[in-house]
Amino acid sequence: MIEIQDLTKVYGETAVVDSVSLTVPAGQICVVVGTSGSGKTTLMRMINRLVEPTSGQVLIDGQDTRAEPPHMLRRRIGYAIQGHGLFPHRTVAENIGTVPKLLGWDKARTDARIDELLTLFQLDPAEYRDRLPSELSGGQQQRVGVARALAAGPNILLMDEPFGALDPVIRAKAQDDLLAIQRRFETTVVLVTHDMEEAIHLGNKIAVMDAGKLLQYATPEEIIANPATEFVAELIGGDRSFRLLSLSKVVAFVEPGEAQGEPIDSGANLREAYAECLWSGREALPVTRDGEHIGRITLTELARHAARPQ
Amino acid sequence: MSVGLVIRLIVLALLVAFLVSPQTFVFVFRPLVRAGQPVIYNQGSLIDLTLNHLAIVGTAMVLATALAVGLAILVTRPFGAEFLALSRSLANIGQTFPPVAVLALAVPVLGFGTAPTLVALFLYGLLPIFENTLTGLTNLPPTVTEAARGMGMTGRQRLMRVELPLALPVILAGIRLSTVIALATATIGSTVAARTLGEVIIAGLLSRNTAFVAQGGIIVGILAVLIYDGLSAIERMLMRRTGQAGRQA
Repeated sequence: MIEIQDLTKVYGETAVVDSVSLTVPAGQICVVVGTSGSGKTTLMRMINRLVEPTSGQVLIDGQDTRAEPPHMLRRRIGYAIQGHGLFPHRTVAENIGTVPKLLGWDKARTDARIDELLTLFQLDPAEYRDRLPSELSGGQQQRVGVARALAAGPNILLMDEPFGALDPVIRAKAQDDLLAIQRRFETTVVLVTHDMEEAIHLGNKIAVMDAGKLLQYATPEEIIANPATEFVAELIGGDRSFRLLSLSKVVAFVEPGEAQGEPIDSGANLREAYAECLWSGREALPVTRDGEHIGRITLTELARHAARPQ
Repeated sequence: MSVGLVIRLIVLALLVAFLVSPQTFVFVFRPLVRAGQPVIYNQGSLIDLTLNHLAIVGTAMVLATALAVGLAILVTRPFGAEFLALSRSLANIGQTFPPVAVLALAVPVLGFGTAPTLVALFLYGLLPIFENTLTGLTNLPPTVTEAARGMGMTGRQRLMRVELPLALPVILAGIRLSTVIALATATIGSTVAARTLGEVIIAGLLSRNTAFVAQGGIIVGILAVLIYDGLSAIERMLMRRTGQAGRQA
């Protein structure tokens, strides 16, 4: 659990982060959204003390982060950044083994962990261990960057625009990978982005920042339904119905009955189901789970969920 | 093997052959001398002079590298930033003083011989190495240094494991520059009785023996070209090995 209490950073006359307080419960993903200059990155960098706060404090599992030297604190917090920041002179294995080495793990344990993470990120250890970062594609570099951040099994992971440099297809895949891995390790994640779509997709809770102030800190549903200010509404954009639909899975709205045509998987989100209805001109779609027919979802039901929550 | 490499190996072989057995090459230099003059330098062993020349340059470069790299590391640390201006002017003074002037000033203090030459080469070599090390340490990719901090490396670990290895090719380029300048400048050392290849050139000038001048000049020239190429090759290899092939030195 991360507790940020009244955190402020002043550079010269300006408060880049202005008394922000928020709590990220253990095992959840908090996405900090804002435009550039909103203070979102500075807020995140104060968690691992890459930036020292002017005032306020950060507690991790109840303990003040100032209780230990910054470099010791950072070794138990994963850190992944835009453009990955891999060490160009070190192989993939050496990059991933950076923090375990700093922590003094023995070689066997480090090697086993490197192979485990590479496999988890769908990179064959035999093939990729000894490559240099320059010999990887952008998507692979990004995955190695996240693997490096997770190497020592931190229970907190900080990510600064981790998918910013990826093209849309690889980006969607990387986001889903992150969700899967986050669930598996139950890592507490703080992720900074300027992309509201990404925030809604990934976040258990979203913190919207502007000019150093925390405007709203709430679940994606709440933010879409009741944006706290004009600015938050603007960030969400005009297609709020669709964003709302994208938050729920088909499985929760299945009703008994039959329908014609190509079925949709119960794991798809409502936005995909809605789009499929419109595209194929159907009033209802058959729903399957693991190939088994389990019912149908209707256009009427979908439209009801696209409406503004009461 | 590339054509360039073959040519360099042949040149190196010829140089070694000439140093080991100068008499074999009499036919090359005979056209340069007047009747009755010796064709091959006869006031000392060419190979000894060459090795001594290289030793003086090598010693000066090791010392200059140690000081220049040390200073550059110091002034790029948070606590040393205020010494940046001072170090820059120190290295600049070293470069501005003509080596001849350094020799002239050093002789009364250090006496004739190798010492004044060593001092001149050392001072003259500081600036390129210092400036290149500074460039190398300050132009690292920001995401890499940021990641190193974020991983929890201490200042010393960042320097030894990330900053210096990545800056090494650029530092080496500075050493290469200084070494080539020093190889040529060391010949002047013979005016104050340092045992370098300058002796051969000066002897030739004094006795109007063009063959001597050519022998001294050619040996220094070939050494400079080969050492320059050799160090360049090491830089390119380091660039590749550190995954920075695309970066400018």
